[in-house]
Amino acid sequence: MSTTSSRTRPVAVVAALGAAVVALYLLNLMVGRTFYPLDDVVAVALGADVDGAGFTVGRLRLPRASLGLVAGAAFGLAGVCFQTLLRNPLASPDVIGISAGASTAAVLGIVFFGLSGASVAGLAVAAALVVAAAIYALSSRGGATGTRLILIGIGVAAMLESLTTYVLSKAGAWDLQEAMRWLTGSLNGVGWEQVVPVAVALGILGPLLLAQAGPLSMLALGEDTAAGLGVAVGRTRLLLVLAAVGLVAFATAAAGPIAFVAFLSGPIAGGLVGHGRSLLLPAALVGAVLVLGADFAGQNAFATRYPVGIVTGVVGAPYLVYLIMRSNRTGAM
Amino acid sequence: MSSPAATAHPGVRRSAWALALVGALALLAVLSVAFGARVVSPGEVWGGLAGSTDGFGEAAVAKRVPRTALALLAGAALAVSGVVMQGVTRNPLADPGILGVNMGAALAVVVGIAHFGLVSATSFVWVAIAGAAVAALVVYAIASLGPGGFHAGAATPLKLALSGAAVSAALASFISAVVLGRNDIASGVRSWQIGGVGGADFASMAAVAPFLAGGLAISLLAAKALNSLALGDELAAGLGERVGLARGLASLGAIVLAGAVTALTGPIGFVGLVVPHVVRLLIGSDHRWLLPLSALAGAVLLTAADIVGRVVARPAEIDVGIVTALVGAPFFIYIVRRQKVREL
Repeated sequence: MSTTSSRTRPVAVVAALGAAVVALYLLNLMVGRTFYPLDDVVAVALGADVDGAGFTVGRLRLPRASLGLVAGAAFGLAGVCFQTLLRNPLASPDVIGISAGASTAAVLGIVFFGLSGASVAGLAVAAALVVAAAIYALSSRGGATGTRLILIGIGVAAMLESLTTYVLSKAGAWDLQEAMRWLTGSLNGVGWEQVVPVAVALGILGPLLLAQAGPLSMLALGEDTAAGLGVAVGRTRLLLVLAAVGLVAFATAAAGPIAFVAFLSGPIAGGLVGHGRSLLLPAALVGAVLVLGADFAGQNAFATRYPVGIVTGVVGAPYLVYLIMRSNRTGAM
Repeated sequence: MSSPAATAHPGVRRSAWALALVGALALLAVLSVAFGARVVSPGEVWGGLAGSTDGFGEAAVAKRVPRTALALLAGAALAVSGVVMQGVTRNPLADPGILGVNMGAALAVVVGIAHFGLVSATSFVWVAIAGAAVAALVVYAIASLGPGGFHAGAATPLKLALSGAAVSAALASFISAVVLGRNDIASGVRSWQIGGVGGADFASMAAVAPFLAGGLAISLLAAKALNSLALGDELAAGLGERVGLARGLASLGAIVLAGAVTALTGPIGFVGLVVPHVVRLLIGSDHRWLLPLSALAGAVLLTAADIVGRVVARPAEIDVGIVTALVGAPFFIYIVRRQKVREL
């Protein structure tokens, strides 16, 4: 690969991903049980009142696709931030139990304390931070190592998931579709009140993370190296973790822990952009593409409508398998 | 329970623990029949055992007896399955839940219910065992198979746990996908899928009993082979053990146990992980003792977990599968913390 192409490649990839996000977003607005042409959809999105399309697109599809967009971007950003910081593709917030913590807290708040809206998101953020701190503390004995942190995270996730299952089974009316949101992630029945907190969180924390791209890539070289290069290691790492956990928690409080999106986005972005580049923006776009694409498939490709998390769960697991098998060659695990 | 002196002869020590476990089991069985949403008097227990269902108490007893029996059986079978899996893979994190074996059985059963009209444990025990076997092979193969070929030693605890988690996640997605399309079976599958012993009845237990007995017998017969395997494949072969055959047979026993239990109770995790480690701490790692004592300890654990689940949230119940996960996951973390990083 020549120098020029490796310099322009990230830009081209980001542009292509951005175009894919826009296309999938519009496709999700147009296609469904009833098809609406592009100009109707755009008119509704811009606030015009179009006969027929006004309700379906404006009230149902627009919030749904918007949540898919912002939640996917949030998961993608947070995932690649964790993976880079911990220097391990497995260390994404959905594998190590941080999404599960946010989900359990959200369910607890809704079922047992009757919370809704911003208070659910707040509780999810607090719980995700506690889980992140607990995993770090539990794995730090004798030097925090990636392997131990990941295994402990898997254990924590298992415990939290069974707690979620229990709380859901105690919910007054068991609704399988609603339960799916908290177990694997779903965009069903979403309204603007769920979209806005995630969008605001992404709007604040996203640029904050993107601004740290330089220090993050230096931290990926190792803490000593980063310190030598003038990075305030402790403060930067804390800032990055807080921002990433916040993104995961807000997205989870609205859409549930959409399976494997945080885990997949970074490596896919890495494959597209190439090594030695900041993956933050590409991973955010890949996350949005994954969620919008998976929700489109789940809604339209099968006889039964499947929540987005089931589609990403089926797609994501083989990638984890591939990662394990590849590591047998490189001896990375 | 008094702890036998550490200096005692190992045989004495083991016998003492065996007795202690039998005593605990008997006590828990009585408690399990007496306690629940309604606490019944000894007289009512006796009446219920004698077959009367006239009073509320006696009716409760009549429901709790099969439930207790199922908890005992399932706990014993899962624990033995865990011992064998840990022995065969020489891996401290092996467990029917973590290896995805229970999930494999669960998916097979759910597909059987949804598409082949299976209705009871009697008819889906074969399906469950087949599903368990496929999941076990897939997970173990993923963990040990690379582009370079199959390496039996390549399956480190991390890789085994991860491939189990990945396969479980995929299987769970498939289960949800099957169930979501079928509202008619959703509630039945859901209560089964959490993992519990509440719906126990003697008819389905009797249907699955031969499988449990067979799996238990194979596992116990494999005790000596598991002791040899613990020394490493080469030493085991040097001792005259046919390593591949021993591994295959022992695995078969473990899979039959896990699959048959899952057919009855739904997936219950962590019993097979926790019990072998605790029993090893008590009596050492000789499988000839480890297997039977783990069976006892597994029965103790699951019965106790079921009682706890019935008592703490009265009048509601917490399914035993949730109690074992809440107890077992911290134990999993404890084992991970204790291991040297190199061995992970």
